[in-house]
Amino acid sequence: MTETIPNTKKRLATIWLDGCSGCHMSFLDLDERLLELTSQMELVYSPLVDRKDFPDHVDVTLVEGSVSSEEDLHKIKLVREHTGLLVSLGDCAVTGNVPSLRNPIGPEAVIQRVYLENNLLNPQVPNQVIPKLLPLVRPVHAVVKVDLYVPGCPPSADVIYYVLSEVLAGRMPDLSGLTRFGK
Amino acid sequence: MTTVVTLKINGQDVSGRDDETILQVAHDHNLFIPTMCHLDGLGDVGACRLCLVELKGSHKLLPACTTLVSEGVEIQTNSARLAEYRKMIVEMLFVEGNHICSVCVSNGHCELQDMSQTVGIDHIDLEYRNPKRDVDASHDLFTLDRNRCILCTRCVRVCDEVEGAHTWDVMGRGVFSQVITDMNQPWGTSDTCTSCGKCVQACPTGALFEKGKAVGEMSKRKDFLPYLVTMRERRK
Repeated sequence: MTETIPNTKKRLATIWLDGCSGCHMSFLDLDERLLELTSQMELVYSPLVDRKDFPDHVDVTLVEGSVSSEEDLHKIKLVREHTGLLVSLGDCAVTGNVPSLRNPIGPEAVIQRVYLENNLLNPQVPNQVIPKLLPLVRPVHAVVKVDLYVPGCPPSADVIYYVLSEVLAGRMPDLSGLTRFGK
Repeated sequence: MTTVVTLKINGQDVSGRDDETILQVAHDHNLFIPTMCHLDGLGDVGACRLCLVELKGSHKLLPACTTLVSEGVEIQTNSARLAEYRKMIVEMLFVEGNHICSVCVSNGHCELQDMSQTVGIDHIDLEYRNPKRDVDASHDLFTLDRNRCILCTRCVRVCDEVEGAHTWDVMGRGVFSQVITDMNQPWGTSDTCTSCGKCVQACPTGALFEKGKAVGEMSKRKDFLPYLVTMRERRK
C-alpha cells in the first residue's frame, strides 16, 4: 500500500483492544474541537475511519482496551513498532480494569459460563473467528513500552483534548490532578 | 503529667504535648501527612505505612501515627525518598487485591482512589496478583467484598473500641491475611454483630458497603466518630 505524502500534520491513530468503546465515545465527545485539531493532525487509522491495515508510520497512537486475546497481543506489538508516542487511554489500557475481572478465575471459567452454561440451545465453544483468550488480561504497558498514561473510565473529552493539544504541540501533558483510576 | 515540647517539622518550629503523635502535631499545624489506616477517633496501629517520616539523625523511617513527639527532634514529612516509598506503598495496595475502580460502589468516594492521585500514580508497574478473594453478602444490611480490602483494620478497631462488640478481627498471615467476623463465619450468622454499621462508615474503600448501593453510590460518613469519642471522654 502506498503511504500518503508526508506533510506537516501529525499522524494520529487510535486502536480498540479489549474495552467497551467508551474511550472512543469520549474521544468523539470532543465534538467541534475535533475539527480544530484536524488543522494539526490527520487521523490515519482508527475504528472510526475506513482503513484496514495499520500504517507504517504513525506519530501518536491512542490505545483503548486491555490486552486480553492473542489478537490484541499481535495488534499492540504491531502498533508499537510503527508508533512514535504510544498513549494508554483509559483504565482498561492502563490497569486491565473490567476485562481483568476474570483474572482470578481464568479464561476457561469464562468460556464455560458464556458458551456452555448460558447457551442451552446450542452449547459449543467457538474454535474459529473468535481469537483465543490469553491466560491473564494485562494492561498495555505489561507487554509493550507505553509513553503516556491517561487513566479514567473513561477519561473525559476535556482530558483527551488537553492530551492531544499538548502532544501535538510537542509537549508531554501533566495529568496529575486532572484524571485518575475510575472517575 | 504531660509537658509541652518544641520540635521542628519540615524546618518549621512547632510545639505539642509529649503524649501527642507526630501526626497529631503535624495536623494541628496544618502540615499534611498522607494516611490510610488512621481515622480520627480511633487508636492508631501503623498498618499502612503511608505516614512514614524521616527523623534527623536516624536512617530508620518512623510512622508518624504511632511515634510520639519529643523535645528538639527534627522531622521531615516530604522528601523525594518518602514520595517514592509512598507511591510504592499505594501501588502495592492496588496490586495486592482486586481494585476495579470503575465498577466499585465507592468509585468517586474512595480513599485509596484519592490517595493514588495524591501520591501521583497514573499506572502501576508491579505485577497484579489477581488473588481469589471471597465476598460475604450474608448480612441483611451490609456486604463485605474482600477484593477491595486493604487491611487497614479500621473496621476491627471501630467495632472493638467504639461499638464494643469486637465482631471483626484479622486472620492469616502475609498475603493470606483477611478480615473475618466472629470465628471466621458468615457475617449474617454473627452473634456479636449489632448491625450498627460503624465498620461500613469507617472503611476507606468499597470493601464494606450498604446493600442496595450501585456503582459510585456508596459515600461514607466518618464525622460521627470524633464527635462520639469526644462526648464519651467528657462524660468520664
